[in-house]
This record gives sequence, C-alpha cells and structure tokens, in this order.
Amino acid sequence: MKILVCISKTPDTTAKIAFTDNNTKFATEGVQWIINPYDEWYALVRAIELKEKDPTTVLHLVNVGGAENDAIIRKALALGGDEAIRVNIESQDSFTIASQIAQVAKDGGYDLVFTGKETIDYNGSSIGGMVAELLDWPYVSLATKLDIEGSNAKLTREIEGGEETVEASLPLVVSAQKGMAEQRIPNMKGIMGARTKPLKVVEPVAVEALTSIAGFELPPAKAGVKLVPADNPEELVRLLHEEAKVI
Amino acid sequence: MSVLVYIDHTDGEIKKSSLEAASYGAQLASQLGVAAHGLVLGTLNADLSALGKQGLQKVHQVKNDSLNQFDPGQQAVMVAEAVTSLAATVVVVSNNVTGKALGPRLSARLKAGLVAGAVALPDTSNSFVVKKAVFSGKAFAQVAVSSPIKIIALTPNAFSVSNGDGSAEVADINLTVPAAKIKVTGTNKIKGQIPLSEAELVVSGGRGLKGPENWGMIEELADLLGAATACSRPVADSHWRPHHEHVGQTGGAVAPNLYFAVGISGAIQHLAGVNRSKVIVVINKDPEAPFFKAADYGIVGDAFEVMPKIIDSVKKLKGK
Ligand SMILES: Cc1cc2nc3c(=O)[nH]c(=O)nc-3n(C[C@H](O)[C@H](O)[C@H](O)COP(=O)(O)OP(=O)(O)OC[C@H]3O[C@@H](n4cnc5c(N)ncnc54)[C@H](O)[C@@H]3O)c2cc1C
Repeated sequence: MKILVCISKTPDTTAKIAFTDNNTKFATEGVQWIINPYDEWYALVRAIELKEKDPTTVLHLVNVGGAENDAIIRKALALGGDEAIRVNIESQDSFTIASQIAQVAKDGGYDLVFTGKETIDYNGSSIGGMVAELLDWPYVSLATKLDIEGSNAKLTREIEGGEETVEASLPLVVSAQKGMAEQRIPNMKGIMGARTKPLKVVEPVAVEALTSIAGFELPPAKAGVKLVPADNPEELVRLLHEEAKVI
Repeated sequence: MSVLVYIDHTDGEIKKSSLEAASYGAQLASQLGVAAHGLVLGTLNADLSALGKQGLQKVHQVKNDSLNQFDPGQQAVMVAEAVTSLAATVVVVSNNVTGKALGPRLSARLKAGLVAGAVALPDTSNSFVVKKAVFSGKAFAQVAVSSPIKIIALTPNAFSVSNGDGSAEVADINLTVPAAKIKVTGTNKIKGQIPLSEAELVVSGGRGLKGPENWGMIEELADLLGAATACSRPVADSHWRPHHEHVGQTGGAVAPNLYFAVGISGAIQHLAGVNRSKVIVVINKDPEAPFFKAADYGIVGDAFEVMPKIIDSVKKLKGK
C-alpha cells in the first residue's frame, strides 16, 4: 500500500496574531513554525502506525510551498515516512494547493491520501474534499478511526452528537482528527535519519486560484470582566438572566 | 439566477444549522435580487414548506431513502447538477460535519471558490467578499471569491434563524443518483445529548475539577440550562471525558451564546476554540487565571463551593 500524508506548516499555537501591509499579510517576524497539529498528531502518526503493522507500506509526505518549508518537512520525516515531496509554489488558496496535491497523488499511484481535519491558521477544512473530487475518489472526513484490510478501509467519522462507522474501498481520501492516534515525540534516531531521507522538489501544475484574501482584522477587544463576589453566586445567575439575557 | 441552499437533515428533521443557512441564503438572495431555493437530498418527516419561514421560495427534493446515508462524492454530483438546472450562482451550505465534506468537493467540481466558515453576509457592492474566522478564531479574513459560482459554508451559530410567515413551494427534482462509494455500517448517537457544535449554551470543565467523579455539577447545570457539555484538552486526554467534548485550537470550535467555564485556566489554545462565544463566564479560584481577561462575567472562587449555589439559583429561576 502507498500512503501520501499532507503536511502543512502553521504558526505555533502561542504565536501572536498580527498583520502588516495594511492588514493584508500575517506578520511573520518572530513566529515559530510547527507542523499543523492535525496533520502531525493524527494523520501522520496513524499512517506511521499502519506502516509499523505492515512494513511493506510505502509512506510519503507532501507539502505545497517554498524552500522555507523544508525545515518543517524534515521535522515530519523525523517522526516517520520514507520520503517527502515538496511542490515548489507559494500557496495561494485551498483550490490551488489541492490541485497540486491531487497531481502528486495521481503521478505517484497512491492508495490513500491522508490529511488533518483542518489547518489551525486558515481553518478551511477543504483540502481533503477537493483532492478527493479532483481524483474522483471517495472521501471520509473528520475520521477518528481508520483500519485497512486489503483494499477495504473501515473508518469511524464524526456526525452531530455522535459517530458513524463507514466502509470504503481504496483509493481513498481521509481527513483525521482527535481519536485517530496519539501525539509522538521524535527520537534521536528519527531526527538523524530524517536528514538523509529524500526530499524531492517538483514543479507545480498551472491552476488559477478561485479565492484570495482581501484583508484581515482582529476581533474587537472585550470590555473587561464583571466580577461577582464568591459569596453571592446568585448574583451571577441574575446577571446572566436579566443583563446578558442568555439564560 | 438563484441562491441555492443545501438543506441538511438527520433523524427526519432539518438540522438547526441548515435553518441558519436557509435564513442566510434567503437574505443573500434578496441582497442580490435573485430567487432563494432549497435542495433536500433524501427523505424526512419535517414539513419542507415551513422553510418559507426562513425565506426560501421553493424547495426541491430528491425523495430517495438511500441518500440519508451521507456520501459527499455522490451528493456533490447531485448538487452540481441542481446548480446548473436552477442557474444558481451562489450555493450555501452549513459548515457543519456534512458541509465540511460536501463544500470542498462541490468547489472542486464546479471550479467555484469556497469560503469555509463564513460568519457574515457577503459584501457584494463591487466584488464578492465574505468574512470568515481564521487562526482558530483569533482573527477574521475577508475572502474575495473570483469564480462565477460561489460556495459559502456558514459557521454554525453565527447567523440567527429568521422566522417569518412565508411558505415555500415544495417540488420533486429529477437528478441523477450516482452509486454511493461510502457504506454506512453503524451509527452511534449519544441519546438526548445536544451536539456541541449546535449548542446555544455550553457548560465546560477543566482540570480544576480534579477528576471525572466531579462532573456531576457540570452535567446538572448543563441539564438545567439545556446546554451541551465540553472540556479542556487535558481532561479529554486523561479520559475523564469523551474526546468529542474537547474544545480549543486542536479540538472543536464553538461559538455559543454562553460559554460557562469551570476550573479552566484559559490557555491561549483553549481560548482559540471558544473566543467567538457571545458571553463567557469563568469560575476559577485563581484571580490571575488568563481566562478572566477573555471573560464577560466571572467569580474568583472554589468551584466546589460556588457551583452548588449556582445550580440552586438556576433551579429557582427555572421554577424547579
Ligand atoms: C499545540 C497545543 C495545542 C493545544 N490545544 C488545546 C486545545 O485545543 N484545547 C485545550 O483546552 N487545551 C489545548 N492545549 C493545552 C493548553 O495549553 C492547556 O494546557 C490546557 O488548556 C489547560 O487545561 P485546563 O485549563 O483544564 O487545566 P489547567 O491549566 O491545569 O487549569 C486548571 C485551572 O483550574 C483552576 N482550579 C483549580 N482548582 C479549582 C477549584 N477548586 N475551583 C475553581 N478553579 C480551580 C486553576 O486555578 C487553573 O486555572 C494545547 C496545547 C498545545 C501545546
């Protein structure tokens, strides 16, 4: 089996969110970058587990972006995976990214394309579904479990107020979330090994973006907390009922 | 020309998030001066003409039980066909579990720009720009859509359901039904629980509650208020509470009218998932807890002393 895991680079979860160029660009000075947690903790780790179960599995990583992404790609390779592919183009919108990944998936003859449920910066939740449509493969989103038996996949996916078990044949696209796997810390051997794993750079296919970001804004600041004394919690209930009118 | 709203349903009823999408779609249609249509794939008990209350003029339905099992690939083909036959220029779906799978497929199929997680009506004055939450709720982006057809996935709880007195015309629509490639083999719904993503009120507990045995007061307050329950990440990681209750940057994002946080410190990653809540209440014994900075109301106190009194007082309020 051949698995392709999509790896996105996102600002660290504690990064200060600010904008430059008249609020059209994210201010990257001083920002630490990480592998998007959903890609790393859930999709990548589950893919590694599948390879540990069946060592004949081929596991590749894909990222769309410039050379500045290589450090993050090596970090992902330190966790696992045989090689990585970087499509050399500045990411524009979800559709252009998905189009590049779909091309890599087609060229590489993969059976499974695996993504995190969304990135923690753009929160689009879109790449998996778009890749699936471009390849005409089935798509199971928001999955919390994935097992492969031969050419059949058994999954659990989230529904409102519960979950559903589903089955689909490979090839397949899956987006993963909490429950799929547990976070791993790379060991020294992994980190050393990652340096020599192949990181192939491929040129992009031509696609036009469908959306663009016209600007960013920060949410309005909160007015400040109204504190109620601990010996009079009844007052809180009154305020929520009469002032905030939420209960 | 029309705005087409995809109406999502479960257990025979229209989801609340789809009533929001219908209200949004109808207001957008009147903003653009075009018709507002709804599309229902599958069968349900609800009276579809009632979608007129949200402002839809006509609701098209493919009555076919097999469509109640959701395969986004199959449905994207059908919705795309409906878009063509109804000359829709905008498709509105809810950015709920269904929309997150259907929206992107439809976008790639129609080469139609997708705004996933819209929080307001588009600005259509000279282009088509939609506001969406980014950086897990820490900021907003204005997204310009340049394709002829646009797809908007509306964040649940971001737009209120309109309740007029219209009635929609309901008609069957003939669409090709491709074979499903996803087989649903089982459903496990937690009975009587309010889905977190749809909840208007949320009561949430953190590590300050010390252990799963102390969740009685969280559940009791939630019950009294008709609220859903949530928790911080370490609580779910320690298996005190189920994974689906985990909110924050790496869990679910919620934007209820009331987020009631008990024994949660308010780490930046937790705030990321909850800071779009309209009113935030924090109960924490540490006056320096960062959550107070993001809160509207708070009590600096011990949850084990404060919560029973709050529960009593809510009981009185509710006449129980
Ligand atoms: C990459 C990354 C992603 C993360 N994603 C998430 C996420 O999605 N969601 C999330 O929640 N966290 C997330 N975290 C973890 C986050 O940083 C915090 O560690 C976590 O939110 C803390 O949970 P807590 O507030 O329940 O626990 P603590 O930080 O231990 O806070 C407990 C609080 O309870 C208070 N307390 C104690 N006893 C009482 C009492 N008797 N009465 C009242 N108050 C009391 C304490 O004063 C304290 O403020 C993430 C971290 C990282 C690094």
